[in-house]
Amino acid sequence: MNALCTVYKRELAAYFATPLAYVFIVIFLALAGAFTFFLGNFFERGQADLSPFFLFHPWLYLLLVPAISMRLWSEERKGGTIELLLTLPLTPTQAVIAKFLAAWSFAGIALALTFPLWITVNYLGKPDNGVIFASYIGSFFMAGAYLAIGACFSALTKNQVIAFVLSAVVCLLFTVSGTSLVLNFFTGWAPPGVVEAISSLSFTANFEAISKGVLDAVGIVFFTSVMALFLFANVLFVNLYKAR
Amino acid sequence: MTTTMIAIEGLSKTFGPIKAVDRVSFEVARGEVLGFLGPNGAGKSTTMKMLTGFLPADEGRATVCGFDIASHPIEAKRRLGYMPEGAPAYSDMTPRGFLAFIADMRGFSGADKRARIARAADMTNIEHVLEQPIETLSRGYKRRVGLAQALLHDPDVLVLDEPTDGLDPNQKHEVRALIQQMAPQKAIVISTHILEEVEAICSRALIIARGRVVADGTPAELQARSPRHNGIVIKCSNEAATALSPTLRQIAGVAGVEIEPHGLFVRSLPGLDVFDAVRVATRQRAVDIKEIRQEQGRLDDVFRVLTGGATDADILAQTAA
Repeated sequence: MNALCTVYKRELAAYFATPLAYVFIVIFLALAGAFTFFLGNFFERGQADLSPFFLFHPWLYLLLVPAISMRLWSEERKGGTIELLLTLPLTPTQAVIAKFLAAWSFAGIALALTFPLWITVNYLGKPDNGVIFASYIGSFFMAGAYLAIGACFSALTKNQVIAFVLSAVVCLLFTVSGTSLVLNFFTGWAPPGVVEAISSLSFTANFEAISKGVLDAVGIVFFTSVMALFLFANVLFVNLYKAR
Repeated sequence: MTTTMIAIEGLSKTFGPIKAVDRVSFEVARGEVLGFLGPNGAGKSTTMKMLTGFLPADEGRATVCGFDIASHPIEAKRRLGYMPEGAPAYSDMTPRGFLAFIADMRGFSGADKRARIARAADMTNIEHVLEQPIETLSRGYKRRVGLAQALLHDPDVLVLDEPTDGLDPNQKHEVRALIQQMAPQKAIVISTHILEEVEAICSRALIIARGRVVADGTPAELQARSPRHNGIVIKCSNEAATALSPTLRQIAGVAGVEIEPHGLFVRSLPGLDVFDAVRVATRQRAVDIKEIRQEQGRLDDVFRVLTGGATDADILAQTAA
């Protein structure tokens, strides 16, 4: 447990040791704001809620989350420090969890820094803060699911750019799996059950379910399962590829 | 009483079609410094990676202080200090931050942690670079930071993969002195391809080639396997050499006499010392000799023969230095 905390702290500090953390946070906040005000027509809608802000989160994460996760394992493999880390008294599973939690915390910090929007909407009107809170929780869990995918693919390669592209593509599949773009490809030949299963894998749909109103347990369970699955795969990939 | 700290039995590892390590077995006791020798790609690093639990072995087992690295990895790793090849470290950290991370991982805190960092930094002479990012350090300092990391918890077992690679002669000397100083309390395994290092610090040498152990013994025992071991080099004029050689051939225990550019080389039968007999014979013939000495055989030559880089005949054909 102690070793897990130590790796977690080192990983989180590593984000802030380079300009990456600051560049990331600035871009995240700028894009989140731009999407909300320009694409989401925050003012023109005349409604006191944050749905134009949360609407674009899947797309924002799609672009930015792989940038957080890409270094997690590929940097260790490239620098050879993975050999050091995994010969310290710590299991590979602990290392995977510690690194993931550090990245997830970092995403949480970036998300929390969007609080001025929440203040704005409360200043301008009377929003349903329960919905906003549920949306924040949902967004945080969705970020975790994207990160788990990114961490998993980061263990596959020594090259951070390849890790970024692979995770972005897989994240894209999960993001758009509920849209007609993907579903039309399957309807017609695949049994309806399969089509339904694919559409239920959609991050966008699950996130919307959470942010529409009450904290939807199904959505949280879905994102948690995605995290568990990809972190499990992450441990396998670390063990498989660590020495190559 | 000798206590076995490292025990390796029949360790094997295959990468695709290549048998990287093939049934390697050895033991290291407290107080021993084992030099792990072999050409590049012979399986030295792979064996070390299996011993330290980084790679799982396909067959066989490795134990550290009685703990099997496969079934009790955490207990074994606690007792082990390991410097991987190239001494990897988190380059964005300072040595102080990095050593603090290692200390936390090893469960030290407070004054104990500070004292251990100070001690490791002192032993490896890195005090004055403790606050510089590791990526800005020279190769020699990076190597010493890696060494400090391995020593921090004062482990019973120390595994160092090429500890002096890339160091200048002064730094090499310091690292060797450090290893010798720690040797009585620990079981140390170092890999190297520098043979003088083995002669300087190792109590035992293990030569590995194509994944197999081809020799295991003290450096002196290995030297004795050289075809030139106990041979006698005589420096003299060519006429004297031609005159001497039939006489020397008749001495009991002499296996052969070769005429070399600046004298003679007398090969003895294995295990026999013919130095005195040869010297007496040269005196009786009253030829003018510039130098006469006995060769110990060079570890280099033994290494080359055992690892397939040369044959006994090649070594014998070499002119004495």
